Amino acid sequence: MIRSLFSVRHRELPEPVEPGTVLTSAHELHVKLGARHVLRGVDIEARASEVVALVGPNGAGKSTLLAALATDLAPDSGTVRICGRDAGTWSAGELALRRAVLPQSAQLSFPFLVEEVVRMGRAPWSGTPLADNDDEVIAAALRATEATEFTGRPFSALSGGERARVALARVLAQQAPLLLLDEPTAALDLRHQELVLRVCRERAAAGDAVVVVLHDLGLAAAYADRVAVLHEGTIAADGPPAEVFDGELLSRVYRQPVEVLPHPRTGTLLVFPERG
Amino acid sequence: MTATVAPSKDAEPSAAEGPATPKSPSGRARRSIPYLLTVGMLAGLVVICLLSAGIGAYKIPLGDVIGSVQHRIGLGGAALDRVGESVLWNVRFPRVVLALIVGASLGCAGALMQGVFGNPLAEPAVIGISSGAAVGGVASIAFGLTFLGTWTLPVCAFVGGLVTVFLVYAMSRSGGRTEVVTLILTGVAVTAFGMAMIGLFIFFADNAEVTQITFWQLGSLAQATWPKVLAVLPWALVGLAIAPFYSRKLDLLALGERPARHLGVDVERMRVVLMFTTALLTAAAVAVSGIISFVGLVVPHLLRMLAGPGHRFLIPGSALGGALVLAVCDLTARTIAAPAELPLGVLTGLIGSPFFFWLLRRTRRKQGGWA
Repeated sequence: MIRSLFSVRHRELPEPVEPGTVLTSAHELHVKLGARHVLRGVDIEARASEVVALVGPNGAGKSTLLAALATDLAPDSGTVRICGRDAGTWSAGELALRRAVLPQSAQLSFPFLVEEVVRMGRAPWSGTPLADNDDEVIAAALRATEATEFTGRPFSALSGGERARVALARVLAQQAPLLLLDEPTAALDLRHQELVLRVCRERAAAGDAVVVVLHDLGLAAAYADRVAVLHEGTIAADGPPAEVFDGELLSRVYRQPVEVLPHPRTGTLLVFPERG
Repeated sequence: MTATVAPSKDAEPSAAEGPATPKSPSGRARRSIPYLLTVGMLAGLVVICLLSAGIGAYKIPLGDVIGSVQHRIGLGGAALDRVGESVLWNVRFPRVVLALIVGASLGCAGALMQGVFGNPLAEPAVIGISSGAAVGGVASIAFGLTFLGTWTLPVCAFVGGLVTVFLVYAMSRSGGRTEVVTLILTGVAVTAFGMAMIGLFIFFADNAEVTQITFWQLGSLAQATWPKVLAVLPWALVGLAIAPFYSRKLDLLALGERPARHLGVDVERMRVVLMFTTALLTAAAVAVSGIISFVGLVVPHLLRMLAGPGHRFLIPGSALGGALVLAVCDLTARTIAAPAELPLGVLTGLIGSPFFFWLLRRTRRKQGGWA
């Protein structure tokens, strides 16, 4: 088809990246939504082969920051770079080969089957040599999120948690080196929360950069290489969980007394609200 | 629900299910349905065209119709007598072709609108695009405009439709979504305004023009002629040719605007192109036959229920289905009360409205109210 002829010529395919390469970065980012100054000078970066968790109280600007990194929002000032170039200089098709985004809630206007939904994640690759792997990639993504058993069902017939996993499978099928996940664990049970974070680790081990918004600080401590704590539109702390998770800092940011303890057996940090 | 797999320490059980086969039985069944539907609709079209050509006040036997067609395209057969030949080629065939053009345009426009708005209730007539195009059309009759010859009315209808499509779109969206209530209410408001404008034009028009406008508005193909066919064919063809290029992107748009953009779709550009296309198609249909409602609503909906929501089949399928439905409706309209002729728009409205009711109730049930 004519379309597939054109599509390859206009798109620059992503190069394989070395571990540690900065895949996305924001510098002095300011975003206003209406009258509210949601982000006030945020600096953050995510490198290949690492999982970065964005945590913070409601309204701290986590989702806004993720949306800015995803280029959904134009920042009022500051820059966002993706794969070494200013985000605005990529075409929509080129960006789709470089970053995949999991929205907070998965919606679908028409009753597509689960397999069709996951296949949509392959759309950016159509017309490239990698499109030949579509079936294997889709099957692998469904296996990774334990969604294989729903393949033939309409997406609209799934429960909230099942939809969330299918949406994640679609994002994985996109095979972008930069993954931006907005609360992927929100609708999930205990087992699948762990599963999703393990998938994040696997993607990082395979060389991707994963930026994930989390509410569960225990999950962030256990799985993230780096945690960025957002507080009123600024980064209050950014570093490995062992450095960032400090009872005093978290208590101040969340306005709730918080205790941080090492797990007696594994040594992973556990975060608890102090209760009477 | 079957969400949780057998308890286990890690992700092993899913891997143990063996190589995943994404082509589930229902998925495979869905894949073969489009072919069957396409063949079925094409066969139906041929049959209904031949029937329409033969049935009427001047009856022409089926064999003679086929013979005359064969004769014209040089494959044997034989010409009919002078009257028969004239009825067939100057009255019946233009009418059949016009029905096909109008039906295909309306079906395709409906499928596009529903895809763009992400809403199964969007349809050119329901959301007011048709009345916008009608205002353009009526204006051209009322002011006696002839600056483009036979193209004047289609051009005016197109401009009216285009203005309306963007107006409705701008007014009914909030936060990147189009809610059903807002969409329908916007349609009501736009249609009311359109009807008022048409009323105003009729008020100022002279008697001959009033007759012309009223007749045109009821939606009829009775005045079909070859020049009329040629006046709208290019519009419809351009629209029908553009639409299939956007089928995959429309699938992605079902995920929402942002996700579609994340998958590489230039959403803004696509939307502008598709609104333009819808206006073209609606104008082509309205220009010849006035407002014919519900074809663009019913046809894509039925096809989606039968073959799934994938636009790769839905868009061309809706064009085919629309053509078939309109050809059947036109045949019915001119034979059911013979020798009188039922206006086509009245007939489609009679059949389409109950379907629209049912669809509204179903959508409401699914969403648990309009909120």
